[in-house]
Amino acid sequence: MKTKVFLIEKSPIVTAGFCQMLQENAQFDVDATADTMDRIAERLIVVKPDIIVLNPQLIDNSKLFTFRSLFQDLPNVPIIALVYNYFDSQVLKHFDGMVEIDDNLPKIVSKLTEALESASGHSESPDIYDLSDRERAVLIKLAKGMTNKAIATDMHLSVHTIITHRKNIVKKTGIKSIAGLTVYAMLNNLIEE
Amino acid sequence: MFFTSKMKLSDVLISNHSLVLTLQRFKIELGFGEKTVAEVCRLNSIDPQFFLLICNVYSDSHYLPTEEEIAHTDMSGLLPYLIASHNYYLCERIPHIEQHLNRIADACKPNHKGILLRFFGEYKNEVQNHFLYEEKTVFPYIVSLCDNRKSEGYSINQFEENHSNIEDKLEDLTNILIKYLPGDIMPKERISLLFDLFQLSSDLNTHALIEDKILIPYVESLENKTAAQ
Repeated sequence: MKTKVFLIEKSPIVTAGFCQMLQENAQFDVDATADTMDRIAERLIVVKPDIIVLNPQLIDNSKLFTFRSLFQDLPNVPIIALVYNYFDSQVLKHFDGMVEIDDNLPKIVSKLTEALESASGHSESPDIYDLSDRERAVLIKLAKGMTNKAIATDMHLSVHTIITHRKNIVKKTGIKSIAGLTVYAMLNNLIEE
Repeated sequence: MFFTSKMKLSDVLISNHSLVLTLQRFKIELGFGEKTVAEVCRLNSIDPQFFLLICNVYSDSHYLPTEEEIAHTDMSGLLPYLIASHNYYLCERIPHIEQHLNRIADACKPNHKGILLRFFGEYKNEVQNHFLYEEKTVFPYIVSLCDNRKSEGYSINQFEENHSNIEDKLEDLTNILIKYLPGDIMPKERISLLFDLFQLSSDLNTHALIEDKILIPYVESLENKTAAQ
């Protein structure tokens, strides 16, 4: 079954062009289009797209940073920006990817595919922001100055698994440096000294 | 170009307040009345084209000057500008942030105080070494290129590869202050410190953009010129 794309774009020329281009592709199909954000939540429930392509120009200025709440009924559906004007990176970072007006078909397909893949990766780890017991154990060892390899040996896990734990720790806490993680561990009474 | 040399300098600053930070680095004093960018630059012996290049990087993080723009701009002000920025970070902002942090740490438990201060001490060292490397290794290399001297065994590629990230720890500190330090510790002082951190972090980001979008292309063009000789 083809992946259903929901295109939200104002310009009829761009909409027609985008649909035409994707028709040449076996994986994606523009299943529905809209030229406004009005009543978008209701449309979404009917359309049930796998991925949304949205021109950020259609978002009301006051909602530029919070527009994702309009799509909250479909939390795991990636939203791609379709961009042909300058947009602040602070706005674009709320999207799961960006298609530009001069992208060719292979580029568009690879961007959509990438967004879908990383979205499915997200759903495996639900939005829990507290560290898991495993992550906490890894964090303590990191804070004590152990290397990935030493931690892997110690915990009978692969280095790859330790790296995944580390990525999740950074994602949840927002702290990237080992020195910062040490401060975190101490403030949370995970380590003494 | 967003800004032009015919605009009033005061309008430029009001339209993007972070540009106020650049004045000191260009040694431009406030109180310039209704003068345009061109007039103020002339009075301070600054190439207006170069001044606008910096302003545009500040105003649009996607702005990328073309090779021609870089070739047609007098870049003699670039290294002094970058060194003045370094001095501002090291001699003004970081000590200011350190004072705030010291007061906050004093209100913490002794072991928390110790780890906070050690964290910041490490960060300070990192920033010092980062700037020192640029001023002792990279900038002299650029000066030698400008003098048409080739220096063997170094190229700006190495700088690009070794250019360490000095923003991560600052973000870490921001997260720690927002999320993990107990809420009753110096709330007012912490909010004020957070503003300082946001501002420093955004200015360091722009500083890195200036190096990536102006310094590196400029030095590459110098290298090509020297190699062609």
